[in-house]
Amino acid sequence: MKKFKVLGSGCRNCEITANVIAQAAKEAGVAIELEKVTDMATILGYGVMSTPGVVLDEKVVHSGSIPPPDRVRAWVRG
Amino acid sequence: MFESLADLVAFRLLGLDPASPLGAAVQFFVQDVTKIFALLVLVIYVMGLLRALLSPERVRLFVRGRPHWQARGMAVALGAVTPFCSCSSVPLFIGFVEAGIPLGVTFSFLIASPMINEVAAVILVGVLGLKLAALYVAVGLVVAWFGGIAMQASRPERWVEDYVWKIRMGEAAAIERDTSLWGRHRYALAEVSAIVGRIWRWVLIGIAVGALFHGFVPTGWVTAHLGGHAWYTVPAAVLVGIPLYSNATGIIPVAEAMLGKGVAVGTTLALMMSVAALSLPEMLILRKVIRWQALALFAGVLAIAFTLVGWAFNLMA
Repeated sequence: MKKFKVLGSGCRNCEITANVIAQAAKEAGVAIELEKVTDMATILGYGVMSTPGVVLDEKVVHSGSIPPPDRVRAWVRG
Repeated sequence: MFESLADLVAFRLLGLDPASPLGAAVQFFVQDVTKIFALLVLVIYVMGLLRALLSPERVRLFVRGRPHWQARGMAVALGAVTPFCSCSSVPLFIGFVEAGIPLGVTFSFLIASPMINEVAAVILVGVLGLKLAALYVAVGLVVAWFGGIAMQASRPERWVEDYVWKIRMGEAAAIERDTSLWGRHRYALAEVSAIVGRIWRWVLIGIAVGALFHGFVPTGWVTAHLGGHAWYTVPAAVLVGIPLYSNATGIIPVAEAMLGKGVAVGTTLALMMSVAALSLPEMLILRKVIRWQALALFAGVLAIAFTLVGWAFNLMA
């Protein structure tokens, strides 16, 4: 199962990002694990300064904005 | 083009009298909404295509380990071309501290970034002309440079929250990028929707305020009270700007209306900078990493700098 983490201090864009990923997984019928990380030390530990960031299976795949829907679909399916 | 469109809508379509306050306000509103949003989309799209927008992670790598003056120069220049959401202020601050970048340099970055950006600069040129745009950018860079030095002199390290020093940052992962023309196009579109989505409210509010000022505030009153002769108009403009917050682009139509009515250039510049750079929400966010003494000092340094700049320009005019 794919493990997603959304990095962000709980701002609105981080919420939206988490929702976009959950939605895409639901549409694709793929079961995923989704965790919101708000701890600053952990976020910076991933080398991310601009939030929201997205981590897929412990690899940073996106940072600094709400990811575009087609990229999210690619992560969920790929 | 935008002017004739606005004339058409306000005077022909709605049948308003060009000499009436409402007519003037509506004409201003339509003209600025169409012009500014068209420019916004265009500029952000082109910047996105060129990938000219930097991420804070890359700025951190560029600046770290440089001697002071060089680090500050880069922080100021890169701050001007690095858009970041104020919700990222905390990780940004910690990331800079962790890289050993002096706090004064980080403050220079935090001053430059909201106040100047290439999008606002292009719109300034389009709305207020090249001369005022160059003036605003130059003044912003100078204030960011010296503001950071003033902060450094007060040894702000003692006010940084303890936990910040303990955080270790991981290697920034290289995120794969699609560099084909199609990939750039899609990236540029995403940038347009992200940035416009973030700032459109500020821009719309700014245009509405500008339109009301343009239509309803009598010119005679403006020249009598805000013409730049009274010394207190500049600090008053700065004080008014502190609780008010807008994106740098949003304040441009307000400045346009003020200048059009004869408000002194220095007073207008002071208000613009105060509204764009001094924001209460950002201060509250930064409070998570640094104590209020430093934030009060930061606000004080900027308020004094903006006042001095405003006075200088009013004297020269």
